[in-house]
Amino acid sequence: MSELREQIRETIEREPVIAFVKGTHQQAYCGNSERAMQALRSVGASFAAVDVLLDPAIRQELSALSNWPTIPQVFVGGELIGGADIVQELAASGELEAKLDEKLGGEWRNGGEERTVALSQSPNPFRVVP
Amino acid sequence: MTAPIENLLRQAFPDARELNVVDRTGGGDHFQVSVVSPRFNGLSLVQQHRLVYDALAAPLDDGTIHELRITTRGET
Repeated sequence: MSELREQIRETIEREPVIAFVKGTHQQAYCGNSERAMQALRSVGASFAAVDVLLDPAIRQELSALSNWPTIPQVFVGGELIGGADIVQELAASGELEAKLDEKLGGEWRNGGEERTVALSQSPNPFRVVP
Repeated sequence: MTAPIENLLRQAFPDARELNVVDRTGGGDHFQVSVVSPRFNGLSLVQQHRLVYDALAAPLDDGTIHELRITTRGET
């Protein structure tokens, strides 16, 4: 496995909710990335974002790892839950909250900070380790 | 502009009860596809969408499809 792919894998496993997007949590450069982040916000889930536009290799390695060809990609508890269409659909049906509960327990409801992270960034100091 | 996409989907989902392709912007590269097929029964949405991506791998790879919105349903 390439070093970058390993960093992506580690970041996905480290972050309870992570969205790979075009842009940042503050400024999406793609309507679909914005739709996915809005869907997460609509249920009150904070998330970490990774900007795939920083390096074309991120998108390439991410898609190879996840077997998902498009951006955005949202992971909960290390599992790919979908792109913008699915996350929006799950948010509307209430299944997104159920999925967050299932994968993370109730912890995600306690709120937290939306932020954009670098793949090499050290672990989130605010994450509560059970 | 939607015919090639629709043909690929018909080949992949010959038993689809509903199959729609919409060119969202008129530019021939932003599509909304909807498929209702018994093939989706019992699959997660991620698995369902992967089947659609597989069917459209060629136009996704060569950039014909710049943006793709997907709606899938199993048959009940």
